[in-house]
Amino acid sequence: MTASTESSLLLKASGISKHFGGLAALMDVSLTIHHKEIYGLIGPNGAGKTTLFNLLTGLYSADSGTITFDGINLSGKQPHEVTQTGIARTFQNIRLFANMTALENVMVGRSVRTHAGVFGAILLNQKTRDEERAIRHRAKELLIYTGIGHHSQMLAKNMSYGDQRRLEIARALATDPKLLALDEPAAGMNATETAALRKLLESIRLSGVTILLIEHDVKLVMGLCDRIAVLDYGKKIAEGIPTEVRRDPAVIGAYLGGAIA
Amino acid sequence: MSDLLTHWRKFKREPYAVWLGFALIGFALVLLPFATDAAMGRSWVRILDHTLLYIMLALGLNIVVGFAGLLDLGYVAFFAVGAYLYALLASPQFDLHLPFWTLLPLGALVACMFGVLLGAPTLRLRGDYLAIVTLGFGEIIRIFLNNLNAPVNITNGPQGLNMIDPIMIGDFSFSRTQQVLGITFSSVHNYYYLFLALTLLIIFISIRLENSRIGRAWVAVREDEVAAQAMGINTRNVKLLAFAMGASFGGVSGGLFAGFQGFVSPESFHLTESIMVLCMVVLGGMGHIPGVILGAVLLSILPEALRYIGPLEEALFGRVIVDPADLRLLILGLAMVLIMLLRPAGLWPSPVQRREFAHHDES
Repeated sequence: MTASTESSLLLKASGISKHFGGLAALMDVSLTIHHKEIYGLIGPNGAGKTTLFNLLTGLYSADSGTITFDGINLSGKQPHEVTQTGIARTFQNIRLFANMTALENVMVGRSVRTHAGVFGAILLNQKTRDEERAIRHRAKELLIYTGIGHHSQMLAKNMSYGDQRRLEIARALATDPKLLALDEPAAGMNATETAALRKLLESIRLSGVTILLIEHDVKLVMGLCDRIAVLDYGKKIAEGIPTEVRRDPAVIGAYLGGAIA
Repeated sequence: MSDLLTHWRKFKREPYAVWLGFALIGFALVLLPFATDAAMGRSWVRILDHTLLYIMLALGLNIVVGFAGLLDLGYVAFFAVGAYLYALLASPQFDLHLPFWTLLPLGALVACMFGVLLGAPTLRLRGDYLAIVTLGFGEIIRIFLNNLNAPVNITNGPQGLNMIDPIMIGDFSFSRTQQVLGITFSSVHNYYYLFLALTLLIIFISIRLENSRIGRAWVAVREDEVAAQAMGINTRNVKLLAFAMGASFGGVSGGLFAGFQGFVSPESFHLTESIMVLCMVVLGGMGHIPGVILGAVLLSILPEALRYIGPLEEALFGRVIVDPADLRLLILGLAMVLIMLLRPAGLWPSPVQRREFAHHDES
């Protein structure tokens, strides 16, 4: 897993810095993610994980540094353009379309891979009809795949917390991503839900999608990830396979603390 | 009782029942002007015509406010653009007399462009800020119309434009009494059928858009713009499209208004009109097409119905105690407050909630 060649490189971020006023949220952070791996990003609260996430997905633009994804330079790209190139994300504080049904939420995710415009919508020609049917079909598939198929007609806001997390993943998968970026997907989940989530993520990886995971649940990260990067105060203090990282004294000092040592 | 309800629910699902329902509604809509004429007089047929224009406006604003969640307080500007475009190109003002079939799409197109003109600078704004800018836009358009009579006289200023050509399709003039199949159609009847046809077209377009990729993108932007972006939606284009589509309905309605009235002046395009259309959308049920239509019907009929309060007062108290004109606004305001308190989602909100309950019944 660690012996990755250059050709399997999916995402390369080099020398990323980001300041918010006087606060240096990220300083010269570099990381590489390879095809089909599960890459974990951990660190204490305020370490800059979500900032890095937002930079990768185009929500913020970096002060310096470059991000290359699948051979495409992402700098200056709008969030929707980043999604177009194949990065899909979920949010730390769930951001579903609350007043849409689960099915509709996932159908919105298909928007980026479909084309029907105003005239197609009004005339509802055969092409649009076929596209619409395909969107609905794919959305249903994804709901079933993520284990919430029976809730397809439920409003997103009325779903249980764990199901909302799943729905966010289904919606992100609907954009046909190469890289699925998950911001604390297990936050607030109980042990059973976390175990189910882990199964789901492993199955997603098997389907050929690379996963970038921010997570606080150390057990989940250590068990699931192929490689891990640790951020602390905006700097990357360690990177490697879980067994190495958990023994790294800098990491123990900064984050894992007495729990591991 | 519950038996009856289940039977009714079952009946509602039958395809023939749906068609029967449509046929009955269609039949009622065709007969409506004659029934109204017979029962309440010709002035009420004119009110029906105005109601149809308001339905078009409300459906246009519904795209912007209801679907895309962009609070627009200057919507009447697009109505004004449509009306003045028609008036300028079909009146003695410039001695232009373009035919109706070019004026109608042209009105929609020009209003569309004004929609983009308003949308482009406001893309980053939401909520109250957007409301203030759109309010300003609406006023700017009205003030322009009011003042574009010097140095070159374009709009004829506060006097407005009159002698606007009536709507004609071929040799059929809508403003003349016509005999078709031995039935006499007066002007207001002719216009009723024309407006009805266009209203149905606009309803059709609204429904098609709502259930499309575009409609879902609008709602996604309304629900959470950041998430919509992250899902690959180009929020800039989606918002501009909402402004443009909404404006085009306003433009069509404005053109019809000009042809129907034969006279336009800036007076008709006050902020109060924007507020009124917004009230129709909110009162009926934002984002729900049947609700918005209901809101438009109620709020265009109610003020007219309240005129009868004057005679009512006279009958009850022997004299008019409160001027009906004042009372109308009072009652209208009171009705709005009550409805918003008792049914905050509108009189006829979107049935997603109901769909959800139905889903639970099945499982």
